Amino acid sequence: MKPANNNRPALQDTVVPPDFETVGAAGVAQPHISARGINVYYGDKHAIKNVSLDIAKNEVIAMIGPSGCGKSTFLRCLNRMNDTIEGCRVSGAVTLDGENIYGKKMDVVELRARVGMVFQKPNPFPKSIYDNVAYGPRIHGLAAGRHELDEIVHTSLEKAGLLHEVIDRLDDPGVGLSGGQQQRLCIARAIAVNPEVILMDEPCSALDPIATARIEELIDELRRNYAISIVTHSMQQAARVSQRTAYFHLGSLIEVGETQAIFTNPGHTLTEQYITGRFG
Amino acid sequence: MNSPNHHPDGGPRNGPNNGPRSGPNNGANDGTNSGATTLDKVRGGLARRYRAEKRFRAAGLASIVAGMAFVMLLFGAIISAAAGAFTQTSFTLDVRLDESAFAGHAASPQALQDALANADYRALLNRSLYSLFPEDRARRDKKALRGLVSSGAAFDLREQVAADPAVIGTAIRFRALADDEADLFYKGKIDRNLPENRRRLSDRQISRLDRLAADGRVERHFNRSLFTRGDSREPERAGLLGALTGSFFALLVAFLLSFPIGIATAVYLEEFAPRNRLTDFIEVNINNLAAVPSIIFGLLGLAVFLNFFGLPRSSSLVGGIVLALMTLPTIIIAGRAALKAVPPSIREAALAMGASPMQTVLQHTLPLAMPGVLTGAVIGMAQALGESAPLLMIGMVAFIADVPQNFTDPATALPVQVYLWANQAERAFTELAAAATLVLLLFLIAMNLGAVLLRKKFERRW
Repeated sequence: MKPANNNRPALQDTVVPPDFETVGAAGVAQPHISARGINVYYGDKHAIKNVSLDIAKNEVIAMIGPSGCGKSTFLRCLNRMNDTIEGCRVSGAVTLDGENIYGKKMDVVELRARVGMVFQKPNPFPKSIYDNVAYGPRIHGLAAGRHELDEIVHTSLEKAGLLHEVIDRLDDPGVGLSGGQQQRLCIARAIAVNPEVILMDEPCSALDPIATARIEELIDELRRNYAISIVTHSMQQAARVSQRTAYFHLGSLIEVGETQAIFTNPGHTLTEQYITGRFG
Repeated sequence: MNSPNHHPDGGPRNGPNNGPRSGPNNGANDGTNSGATTLDKVRGGLARRYRAEKRFRAAGLASIVAGMAFVMLLFGAIISAAAGAFTQTSFTLDVRLDESAFAGHAASPQALQDALANADYRALLNRSLYSLFPEDRARRDKKALRGLVSSGAAFDLREQVAADPAVIGTAIRFRALADDEADLFYKGKIDRNLPENRRRLSDRQISRLDRLAADGRVERHFNRSLFTRGDSREPERAGLLGALTGSFFALLVAFLLSFPIGIATAVYLEEFAPRNRLTDFIEVNINNLAAVPSIIFGLLGLAVFLNFFGLPRSSSLVGGIVLALMTLPTIIIAGRAALKAVPPSIREAALAMGASPMQTVLQHTLPLAMPGVLTGAVIGMAQALGESAPLLMIGMVAFIADVPQNFTDPATALPVQVYLWANQAERAFTELAAAATLVLLLFLIAMNLGAVLLRKKFERRW
């Protein structure tokens, strides 16, 4: 629907100039992940335009913006999941604890063990609940024996707040759980390899409000041990769970700052338009 | 939203005239655009849509019924033609094994072997046969009488005596296999009312057969040789074992070659290969190969494997290689389709957990695609089992009486055996060909059933 007053151009069509400078401080004092000048192309399409953003330790950073603005694409740059997409090129530098993850020395398998990911749609493996969580520790050889593996599985499920719901049916298939449980299983699977950063790509978009609330609580708890980057379409969710918020528009990072500040006093017209619900 | 009055646009959709909607005279408004509401239009079309749906379903049902009818017809025809081949006829004869026929057999074990090998079993059989019909003295009559018993009966007698040499010097009851014409006569396939010159059995022979039956010397029994012997020029002694073994060896070779190669190709093309002109070209060629007439593969086998590499002619090894080439496209195409059907979310989940691409394929994608891959493989194998044209080109069409012992022995295959028997002059081979077809069909059904069961077993939800 178009806004009532038609004398202004539609904001979602606003073209951001290529030399646009992000409003707010993209950097933080002690970055865990630091992205500088990221450009992503899908074939001829310029999907991410010169984005720089830091993720600090023990913080939840929310990425918001209208559909197709590139926030998921940016997220997938951080663990090189874009490598799996045909015709996708990434330029710029992303460092994880000072190491360039696109560098020659970086092993992508190791990177993904350090940067875990939770997807929009719960995607447990068609295996038992136990095997789902044990998969990562197994392939990376993290557990010395069956006993240690049991422990990892139990702690991961515990941290994901799922343990008491599934404790007596660990051998049941993971896909037999409810949507919310499946998503928490995926989170347990991700934290079983003890990553440093967890990327979450709209983790609650397929869930009902109760399951969403459980996940949000969980995110807040996980923040004590991990850095979390979450893409969300829900501004309320961003406001609830994150400490910092980044607003993307048509592939550009428009504004980044303390969540509180962004939602009360946005620094850019586009951000303001989006969070007040003029378009999106 | 439900009420047209509150439609924000207030547009022409159904704005002002919501009167006729609830009116009793909906039908009267049909066709006249002025009064018809959306609901009227929908209702007017309903009956037509239901009729179309009924026709559509009826057409589908009719197709199924027609298809089933043809299958029934096919099976009915084959079974009724093949039924006779599963039984055969024997005559119970009293054979006197005179000592004189086994001269010197008691001297030593070696002498016994020689005597057993040299004895004239046919003469022994004939003598017992003549004794039943003392009135047949003329050479011509004797010959006609001999013709009623299979020429293979002498071999059976030798086997029986060799198994128990103690019977030498006594008289034994022996089941002599009937000649194929006599067998057909007892199965009612020779019309005795035909003029004599239009059937292969003379009136005299028929009267002898009647006498044998009246004496209770005729016995119908299961045709064991059909499954225990190789091919033969005598229909009553011809069996499928050679063809079955040949088919088994050829399919084994074909499976061992095409399954791993096919899966590796499918996985590489689907999961690893970049999309470019080369892979497009390869894909087009694989699809083309699937459509190449199978005899071309036979020509290839003849030119390359026999003439260039000098592999043994008529062997199930070469047959298997040729069938493998023919099956490969089927397996690759089915495998790629199955891999494509695995949801990408599973792949992403594995990769995001830090699984290497190979681990992702071996631990997640391929196991999930396995039902489809196996179905493709079994269907490919079933195709290969039923294929005869390429085997003709590499010489698996020869008459081979011995059952092949290994991959390089000359062999024939089930469908080729059907072809060979169908070409024979003797009428008894017709039912043998039908029986071989039936056996072939049973194997095909078993394989397809296996494919369904495998799919059920491996199928998983995600």
